[in-house]
Amino acid sequence: MRRVKATGFHLLLPLSVLAFLVVVNVIKGVDYFSLSVINGALYGNIPNILFGASELVVLAVGMTLVTSSSGGQDISVGVAGAITSSVFVAILLGADKITWWTIFAGFLAGCAVGVLIGAFNGSLVAVFKVQPMVATLILFTAGRSVAFLIDGKLSPILANDLTSRIGGVMPGVFIQTPILLTAVFIALIALLLKTTNLKLYAQSVGVNEKAARLNGIDPVAVKLLTFMLLGVCTAVAGFIAVCKAGRHDSVNLLKYIEMDAILAVAIGGNALGGGKFSVTGSIIGAYTIEVLNRTLLRLEVDTEAIKAVKAVFIIVLMVLASPVVRGYLANAVRRPRSGTQTGTVAEEAEDGWVSAPDAFRGREAP
Amino acid sequence: MHTQIVLEMRGISKAFPGVRALHNVDFTLRRGEVHALMGENGAGKSTLIKVMTGVYAKDAGRITIDGATIHFRSPQEAQNFGVGTVYQEISLCPNLTVAENMFIGRGRRGFVNWNRMNGDATRLLESLCIPARPTQELSNCSLAVQQMIAIARAVDMECKILILDEPTSSLDEDEVRRLFALMRELKSRGVGIVFVTHFLDQVYEVSDRITVLRDGELVGEYAASSLPQIELVAKMLGKELGDVAGIRNRRPRTAESGIPVFEATGLSSAAGVRPFDFSIHKGEVNGFAGLLGSGRSESVRAIYAADKVTGGSVRVNGKSVRIGKPIQAMKLGIGYLPEDRKGDGIIAELSVRENIILALQVMEGFFKPFSRKQAEAFADEYIRLLNIKTPSTGTPIKALSGGNQQKVILARWLLTHPEYLILDEPTRGIDVGTKVEIQKLVLKLAEEGVSVTFISSEIEEMLRTCSRLIVMRDRCVVGELEDSGLTQNDVMHVIAGGAEKPCDE
Amino acid sequence: MRTVKGRETLSNSNLLFMIAAVIFVLMYALAMAIYPGSFLQLQTFFDLFSLNAPLIILTCGMSIVMIGGGIDISVGGVTGLVTMCCAVFLESGGGDVWSSMILALGIGIAFGLLQGFLIAYLEIQPFIITLAGMFLANGLLTTIHKDPLNVTLPGFVALRDAELVIPLLGSHNRLGNFIPLGIKIGAFVVVALVIALAVLMKWSRFGRNLYAVGGNSQSALMLGINVKRTKFQSYLICGSLSGIAGFVYIMTTGAGNVGNASGFEMKAIASSIIGGTMLSGGVGNLLGSPVGALTLLTINELIRAAGVNSNLQAIASGLLLCVFIVLQGVVVRLRGGGNLARALPSWLPAGKTTGKGK
Repeated sequence: MRRVKATGFHLLLPLSVLAFLVVVNVIKGVDYFSLSVINGALYGNIPNILFGASELVVLAVGMTLVTSSSGGQDISVGVAGAITSSVFVAILLGADKITWWTIFAGFLAGCAVGVLIGAFNGSLVAVFKVQPMVATLILFTAGRSVAFLIDGKLSPILANDLTSRIGGVMPGVFIQTPILLTAVFIALIALLLKTTNLKLYAQSVGVNEKAARLNGIDPVAVKLLTFMLLGVCTAVAGFIAVCKAGRHDSVNLLKYIEMDAILAVAIGGNALGGGKFSVTGSIIGAYTIEVLNRTLLRLEVDTEAIKAVKAVFIIVLMVLASPVVRGYLANAVRRPRSGTQTGTVAEEAEDGWVSAPDAFRGREAP
Repeated sequence: MHTQIVLEMRGISKAFPGVRALHNVDFTLRRGEVHALMGENGAGKSTLIKVMTGVYAKDAGRITIDGATIHFRSPQEAQNFGVGTVYQEISLCPNLTVAENMFIGRGRRGFVNWNRMNGDATRLLESLCIPARPTQELSNCSLAVQQMIAIARAVDMECKILILDEPTSSLDEDEVRRLFALMRELKSRGVGIVFVTHFLDQVYEVSDRITVLRDGELVGEYAASSLPQIELVAKMLGKELGDVAGIRNRRPRTAESGIPVFEATGLSSAAGVRPFDFSIHKGEVNGFAGLLGSGRSESVRAIYAADKVTGGSVRVNGKSVRIGKPIQAMKLGIGYLPEDRKGDGIIAELSVRENIILALQVMEGFFKPFSRKQAEAFADEYIRLLNIKTPSTGTPIKALSGGNQQKVILARWLLTHPEYLILDEPTRGIDVGTKVEIQKLVLKLAEEGVSVTFISSEIEEMLRTCSRLIVMRDRCVVGELEDSGLTQNDVMHVIAGGAEKPCDE
Repeated sequence: MRTVKGRETLSNSNLLFMIAAVIFVLMYALAMAIYPGSFLQLQTFFDLFSLNAPLIILTCGMSIVMIGGGIDISVGGVTGLVTMCCAVFLESGGGDVWSSMILALGIGIAFGLLQGFLIAYLEIQPFIITLAGMFLANGLLTTIHKDPLNVTLPGFVALRDAELVIPLLGSHNRLGNFIPLGIKIGAFVVVALVIALAVLMKWSRFGRNLYAVGGNSQSALMLGINVKRTKFQSYLICGSLSGIAGFVYIMTTGAGNVGNASGFEMKAIASSIIGGTMLSGGVGNLLGSPVGALTLLTINELIRAAGVNSNLQAIASGLLLCVFIVLQGVVVRLRGGGNLARALPSWLPAGKTTGKGK
């Protein structure tokens, strides 16, 4: 009982928000879960959400890692996605013929550029001790222009079957490709967290850098690593986004997604000040944001007002999750049953440790 | 006579989750006296001060100032009531000027008259002989000057009671002399001064009266003139604690012949410890003795490369090695339990399990995480072995009591099966029961062939566990005492400076 | 003691401000040397002020919040919202210029109150709250009116076109005709605000308390400062300045537009940083804010004058920012390092020099 509570608690916030939104949708119309098959692929509310949120999910995962280790946020992820995807597009358009191999090569090149970008941001943060937001402001300012220069012109178009299959549906596959790619990405991240000590290292550095160092962890290396991983995430997100769009719009591709990614991390129950993190929470948070967007559309809120309603929703959510309000609520809940719960804890402490000196002295006295 | 009393505290008790910090403590401060509050770490001095100044609310007891019962809810209220405090960690703002730091947060005027403020500050600084300019940014001043500025601020607020919490730890002799002159001046004006320090000589230089605390309890109040220094040390360290469970390191020191497990010559670090030589043999337990600030912690930190090592050479098992980073020390089989449990030891938000496996996991490498099952097994094993009281292995370590947190850190290092284990104040701030457990464990480890360096503020404890003591004062080694016939008095004499061998060669 | 008074070491705030000021002067001198045609004209200099007045005002607000250790990324959104609200109000027929000014200020204050309360008293992350504030402002803006709206109210148009003409300080245009120097009202607003805010931060109790809070909020609390109220007030001021900036914006362009002031929050942060304000709090000089903004604008003007790809503007801004961040980091760390050596008691061997001495 206690253990369940301890491990599951951090997901309470994102899950309850998600549940609330789903309930609202169901009340609006029970056809919420309906699916249909068009041109051999599944469509419907749920697949659309999974499809629409794919880039955000990828970025939220990377943002979670950076937040944990550095205690700050990277605001250049959208821009970095634009740059990595411009490299991808440049390689594709530069090739004689677009094959799976050229796409793969382009994707790898994008990842390499993403790692470079991460190394740049990461070294400013880890070595020069610049706050993450300030450090990434540099790229945020300059990045879209860099992407434009790589493109060489406004919005180069990717007109070919292969990339549109990546951004849409593979023949003979039931599910839209970005959903599958996101699933593969999540699986890889899960594998990474399973086969390495990344989580332990990043959390240790984020919670107590001094103690982490005394236990043999190199905080600079860990921070750099998380920023580089985020760089790879931007490459993946940029790849999915540009394949979806079919053209590379250096100005609008992944615009403002950094804000949503940070929001996803916060909604996922993670502290923006670093330390303990839950990738699952961030992923749920990212989907929650997409669900929220689509819920507002479904509720026929004016497209113009969607942002305002979303803002109100976030503010209410953050107020509910704020330490002050939570403390107040916890007190209000605890008061009626304080006799049982806090009583036992105090007793336990007293038995174990507080009275120990007394017991000891008692023996000594005679 | 009664009117002489300015502050009276009766039956003060204060407990934190799992720790009883103060138990039924009395404290009396008279007008125009300097009253030293003494005790080793964890004795409850700072808790008592924080109760005095309204940082903590007392659980029980009564505080009266000038005969009126008071109950401070914040430092601000205490300040307004004439209780000025200068904390050990300077609580001024580094980015403001000297004058601002003296006057900010006081008065009700909406605008700052810089000319007048700087003028007032100049007068104040000059009257107290503080070498600082009012327009200087505080961060450009030395720590000592910052400390004196904090005192000047308290003085200017015309307090009835001035609390100085280890004000001299960062001052040099000259500055200390000036501070003492200032204290005497205030004393003659009728201010009651509470003075906390670890330097014994200083206590006798300025104090009229001494109150000693130990383990959160009052040992007694004495007139400084009637309490010899050696007796004060005895009272602080609790000599009458007696024969605790008959623990004693009976093992003769392992033969000199063998190659030392660890040997350092001329080791020095950026933390300011003077070059020293050190060696330890297999199965030996030795210790660094000395008061707080003597350099005992800095020395072991230099061994573990916790601070930047600036000189010296190191041999492990006879082989010359370079230890520049903690990970290198760990790989050579050295473990280090830091003095500052909160700041350097625990990863507060992580679970007991993760805290236990951390060091071994890091040694295993980034790509070889333990399986959940393996980690649980390790954690369960050591929770049982060390009798750690925790609801589960997944509980965040910060929810545990101090003693149990310390055991978790100990478990972390035992898990790495070190050849040489450094324990810096492992028993600080934890209850007596756990202290005894840890002492027993140290001896058991030594029997199994582990070399241990054990540091404690309690000489008694070190005498029980260590077969050799390295005594430090003023950041250099002033003596080395072998077990044979070692008594507490011998050690205390060396620590208190009674013995020969001056610090400078 | 009198004798040492002359060589007072600069505080971090002033040092970073000096660096920014010197670099700005050098850059402007360089611009004048390369493109004397445009940069030598006083009109160009005053236009930098007039046309970018909103950004400079926002930078001041951002600096104040940053000095207190916070951040406000809603400023651009609020400014945009204010321009549209004023435009709609002025065009509705019932509005006049004075009430629209009050409206602008009111919107800014409302945002400041809300965000300040949530951040200071409920202790929610400033980033998330002001991000939501930005969304809210953007959403309200599009809800109120979507399409560009030109204000045609005569009273307003007169205000928009009003210029202080200084006949003696003019310049000749290409045709050789003499054009007197004209300064827009926005420039005066900026100058007045910068002076007022610099005074506020230097001489008022609030200003000094804010520096203390940003420097070390724990110490500030111990020194008897009401930390929460001080933080709250800083967001309130920043919000009000966003309102003012919104009105100055529409006074400059004369139209409400969805894209108005979008992205200004990041430009304001960048300008603040260049002007010597540190995001970590406690360090900054309000006079640095306009200097930072002008530095950023000058480099953009330079690149525009060079006639190369306009994308280089953003890249140059980024590089400039990078240089400043690294420079500041190095400067502050070097000084911090000095403090570290001094932190040791003087009777200890501090480093190699005295290590062998005794």
